[in-house]
Amino acid sequence: MKSISIKNNQQISFDSIPVLEYDQFLDYNTSLLHIEDNHCVNYYGIPQQGNVQLICCIANDKNGLINISSAVVTLPAILESFSQYHFAFEKFEREIHENFGIHFINHPWLKPVRYPVNQSDKNNTISNYPFFKIESEELHEVGVGPIHAGIIEPGHFRFICNGEQILHLEIQLGYQHRGIENLFLQKKKLIELHTLAENISGDAVVGHTTAFVNLWETLCNQETGADLHFARTLALEIERVAIHTGDLSGMCTDVGYQLGSAVFGRLRTPVINFFQQWCGNRMAKSLIRAGKTNFPFTADLGVTLINVLDKFEPDFDDMCNETFGSPTVMGRFEKTGLVSNEIGKSIGLVGMAARMTNLNRDIRTSHSYNLYETLAHQPILKHHGDVYSRAQIRREEVKQSLAYIRQLIASIPSENLSRKSLPQPSANVFALSLVEGWRGEICHCAVTNDTGDLLHYKIKDPSFHNWLALALAVRNNEISDFPISNKSFDLSYSGHDL
Amino acid sequence: MINNLKILIHQGKQYIPDVTSVEIPGVFRGRPVISNDKVDEKALEEICPTKAISINPVAIDLGKCTFCGECAFAFPNKIKFNKEYKTATNSLELLVIKEGVDNPVELNPDLIRKEISDYFSGSLKLRQVCAGGDGSCELELGASGNVNFDMGRFGIEFVPSPRHADGVVITGPITKNMAASLQICYDAMPEPKIIILAGTDAISGGIFIDSNAIDRSFLETHQVDLYVPGNPIHPLTFINGVLDLIRKRNK
Repeated sequence: MKSISIKNNQQISFDSIPVLEYDQFLDYNTSLLHIEDNHCVNYYGIPQQGNVQLICCIANDKNGLINISSAVVTLPAILESFSQYHFAFEKFEREIHENFGIHFINHPWLKPVRYPVNQSDKNNTISNYPFFKIESEELHEVGVGPIHAGIIEPGHFRFICNGEQILHLEIQLGYQHRGIENLFLQKKKLIELHTLAENISGDAVVGHTTAFVNLWETLCNQETGADLHFARTLALEIERVAIHTGDLSGMCTDVGYQLGSAVFGRLRTPVINFFQQWCGNRMAKSLIRAGKTNFPFTADLGVTLINVLDKFEPDFDDMCNETFGSPTVMGRFEKTGLVSNEIGKSIGLVGMAARMTNLNRDIRTSHSYNLYETLAHQPILKHHGDVYSRAQIRREEVKQSLAYIRQLIASIPSENLSRKSLPQPSANVFALSLVEGWRGEICHCAVTNDTGDLLHYKIKDPSFHNWLALALAVRNNEISDFPISNKSFDLSYSGHDL
Repeated sequence: MINNLKILIHQGKQYIPDVTSVEIPGVFRGRPVISNDKVDEKALEEICPTKAISINPVAIDLGKCTFCGECAFAFPNKIKFNKEYKTATNSLELLVIKEGVDNPVELNPDLIRKEISDYFSGSLKLRQVCAGGDGSCELELGASGNVNFDMGRFGIEFVPSPRHADGVVITGPITKNMAASLQICYDAMPEPKIIILAGTDAISGGIFIDSNAIDRSFLETHQVDLYVPGNPIHPLTFINGVLDLIRKRNK
């Protein structure tokens, strides 16, 4: 047996993960990716006294199983790369290279990922990173960041331009690195772990916290109550509506369409204010807890939410019709920031960015969790892969989420008043949790030790895959179209840098 | 054009007329009020994820508090969060809420520098630097300028360059990888300049204070003019705090 197949949120004994010879490990996992239904949800290393155990998790979107295999390598190591056979592994191998110093032969570019505190080469610092250069008198460089002109997170963009046209964009991240994965092991109290999960990416609080609590309950072998499933599913869809609407506002801002910017911006307000009415926080921090809730969803809250949606929806429709009917907006949206289906597949895009290139990838359908099975979710797909496709996806996903929210509130489960308290996590187990946040697939993996404490915790934000898509999308675009392309992906810096 | 006008008219006035007195709808965990009830203080201290609660006597440091409310759920008679969003202040001591004291959090007018009220009371341009913030405080700072909160009406705005700025608003615990950039940005601003820390992570490092990936030495060498608590900050907390900073100095 080359791998063990598990479902989303299933715990297995860590020892049951097959350990292969590296050559076999490479053959097995790269050949899995030749089948289009498979994609790599996580590939990382766990340090073990001078060795590294590489864990590869390949999800099959058809049968809902995730194939876990592993290999143990002794440091220092020089290995054949997975990336030469399938490019979707390149980022994972860069991360492994950065953390453990493993050199991968035939990897296209072992560029630093995030300059983490636990990197193997302690002399590397973000400030002396050598950016890719092209020597030519015809070309010039434009450096942007790490601090940007707006109120957003830091990251460096280095453009190589031919006149106004972008020839190449290199993105260097890591400025946001806070050492979250290490803190998951340092901190022992469950409330501390919740707080960490809520702070991974502040615009995807529900997504990351849900991934964490689903995983934690799996580790503890505790059934999730119906009311908790309900609250998480509902909150995920409300978050999707809120952020997609806010992003449409941002996209209007970036093409100078003031009315859309203002109206979509103000439409987001009542939606996030609903989170505040539910849990006291506009970003839904403190809402989601493993094995309990401090904020039961009452029938009154249901009525309030329906009122919010009833006012929201016609205004949202009006504003969408007007925006998408406006030639000045469409002139900037259409055919800008293109990513083809082939590129999407080869770099392993996930979430909304995958679906806009007609790549059917949505954890809600393929590896359903919480209440998504009952919602019978059908992903929305677009074909063009441009800014317009990404805007359309947002519009249609908002409408879809509104319908799901209405469907969910039609039967609010009563609060479970006889909840069992959460036991300790099982000892020596592995579990994996996938959640489709508004941006895409969030993956948390955990391994516990002899006493049931966390031995290893791995977080993957969808941005980890998707940043490369932005760099490729802007090639041959005018540099003035960069802001709108960037906003249309709206990727997370903190979720990437961890 | 006609449709644009229809939408404009239909949207009407969206701004909050008085951002200094409006009531926040629903639940909001603003200023905590700690009663003199006797409770198991050790257990209370243990609940907090960020060591914001100190005991004997019980006190909550708003600079460390994530406003998760866990303490208030466990000890409802001891700790209650009221809906007061005016929790920004200019001294770390004033951020500490003590047992049995139920006073609003205010700025100490004597600590406000003269040049702040001299130069910035009618117009304040700010540069935002995110140094490891998770994006939520940044969203709320952005929202402070949207059509609902409309901070621009007071002449308070975010600008794209430190050269245009009168002050810097820092979010996040200040990562090692951002420490140098933050210093460069600060140095690029013309004097006089102010520093505002927005959010729990910026004020105290929050849950990240024990991480070896952060570097808070910038704060050891610079004086902070305003602390805005919250995780994330609420736009009303930020706007009221800044308004008090530029207006409340004793003449």
